[in-house]
Amino acid sequence: MNSEFTKTKQVSIRAIIDENQRGNSLRRKIERFIPIGLMLIASLSILTTLGIIWTLLSETIEFFRRVPFLEFFTGTTLKPLSQNPEFGVLPLLMGTVTSSLIAMVVAAPIGLMAAIYLSEYASPKVRKIVKPLLELLAGVPTIVYGFFAFTFVTPLLREFIPSLQATNILSPGIVMGVMIIPMIASLSEDAMSSVPNAMREGAYGLGSTKLEVTRRVVIPAALSGIISSFVLGISRAIGETMIVTIASGSTKNFTFDVTQSMQTMTAYIVEVTGGDAATGSTVYYSLYAVAMTLFVFTLLMNLLARSVSKKFREEY
Amino acid sequence: MKARLVLNQFSKFIFMLAAFFGLFFLVILLVRVVTEGIGSINIDFLTGKLSTQPERAGIMGAILGTFWLMLVVAPVTMFLGVGTAIYLEMYARKGKLVGFIQTNISNLAGVPSIVYGILGLTVFVRTLGLGNVVLAGGLTMSLLILPIVIVSSQEAIRSIPFYLSEASYGVGATKWQTIQRIILPAALPGILTGAILSLSRAIGETAPLVVIGIPALLIPFPGGIMDRFTVLPMQIYYWTLDASLVAEYANLAAATIIVLLLTLFLLNSAAIIIRNKFQRVF
Repeated sequence: MNSEFTKTKQVSIRAIIDENQRGNSLRRKIERFIPIGLMLIASLSILTTLGIIWTLLSETIEFFRRVPFLEFFTGTTLKPLSQNPEFGVLPLLMGTVTSSLIAMVVAAPIGLMAAIYLSEYASPKVRKIVKPLLELLAGVPTIVYGFFAFTFVTPLLREFIPSLQATNILSPGIVMGVMIIPMIASLSEDAMSSVPNAMREGAYGLGSTKLEVTRRVVIPAALSGIISSFVLGISRAIGETMIVTIASGSTKNFTFDVTQSMQTMTAYIVEVTGGDAATGSTVYYSLYAVAMTLFVFTLLMNLLARSVSKKFREEY
Repeated sequence: MKARLVLNQFSKFIFMLAAFFGLFFLVILLVRVVTEGIGSINIDFLTGKLSTQPERAGIMGAILGTFWLMLVVAPVTMFLGVGTAIYLEMYARKGKLVGFIQTNISNLAGVPSIVYGILGLTVFVRTLGLGNVVLAGGLTMSLLILPIVIVSSQEAIRSIPFYLSEASYGVGATKWQTIQRIILPAALPGILTGAILSLSRAIGETAPLVVIGIPALLIPFPGGIMDRFTVLPMQIYYWTLDASLVAEYANLAAATIIVLLLTLFLLNSAAIIIRNKFQRVF
């Protein structure tokens, strides 16, 4: 069998057994130490989570000592650097929600339809080529998408919408949607492919077309997976940073107008950390309060996605 | 009756368009970037220093910075990621603790990269006082890609059939000997593939480094892990921002994107080659 294994090290079985049985040998110490060492390494992931929560929480608490909780979550103006600073997070939430919604308007239908094509219509050969090609999209660094949104998509959109500003929330939203397509397509396709063929064949036997089987059998059966892929897509859009930082500008606008510049939570974090906010100033602490809000938002989304796919999973 | 069949054919066509839409977008993006940037790529650009004059600016500093960053990220994530995977797959008893660690890892994978940047800024740059040097950036990136490395290493280890380790135990090998001589060599292609793919993620990631505060100033070439640095994506970021003032910077950004994408393409090809050539199917 695997000749490479035996070739790498020539050891006789007798020698191994002798070595392992030798009372107080180094080997025994190693065997005892390794699991402990590995456990310490494994616990680092928990330490990372604790580190994130501790970092965000301690500074956020300090922020709320200075700015009332209610003012932060209901304030519609964010003017951190003015003479009379105001710290309402709503403009940032507005920017984040708007850009994520635009992204989902692009990504949800296109991603789902691509998944339907790959799972129901495409031949195995086509699927084997198209799926990895589609995943290339997900491998493109977000900074490249940001560059593309700013230097190409925005000028292009301006041909059609003359009132569009040079930095706006529409163009990064659309580009973010394209970025999320492969994620939704891939996860939805997994969910649809795992629907057993017997269910499809029952419907075909009654004379249904492929479209009818997809609509009435496959999608309902895979719904939990599809919904959780949407929720994960939204979570990804909420946390996305570079595209919005570059292409949506830094105006803290509380508006529904997508042609305007709006700032997202992530872009605000970039602006504040890049601007050398003095440690200890309220602006500095607002960074952590916004990051905490972002963290809680995405965490809830990820938990929601998991519970949806668990709770509504159909048992076949 | 006929209408249903026509509708079926029509929607097939629509679904196919949707599947190819992303690829179409990718092609436009690539064509656009290449036409805009290819003119700026030459030896002077690749080996030159940053400069305030666009026509003299080069990206050697960013290339060296990326290199030094990987020199920190690769060993740290391999050590921590594979170690965690071995513990979870080989030692830990399946129970509440393992379930908790596993849930925690998948939650970490969903944390936005910019939050890792804030963790790095607070812990490595400020609390430990490293400053915005390669080491601080590298440790931050390592934590960011760690969940991906752990999960892919776990999958690689899990795919090794029981009979291999049982044969090893049967001839008297201890657990660690089995892991070291049988499991790890057999799982190595899978582990490496996952590690390379996550490294390419780290090479393209920008947000955590922006937060840590990579300087936009003209700094000397980094020569070690305690030096200040910049990387390719950061260079693209600053030049894209500058492009609204000086148009030439857009070309420099596009040229840097070409270099970055080529690097990622080479890494991904390496991962695919390793997967196809060395992956054994048991």
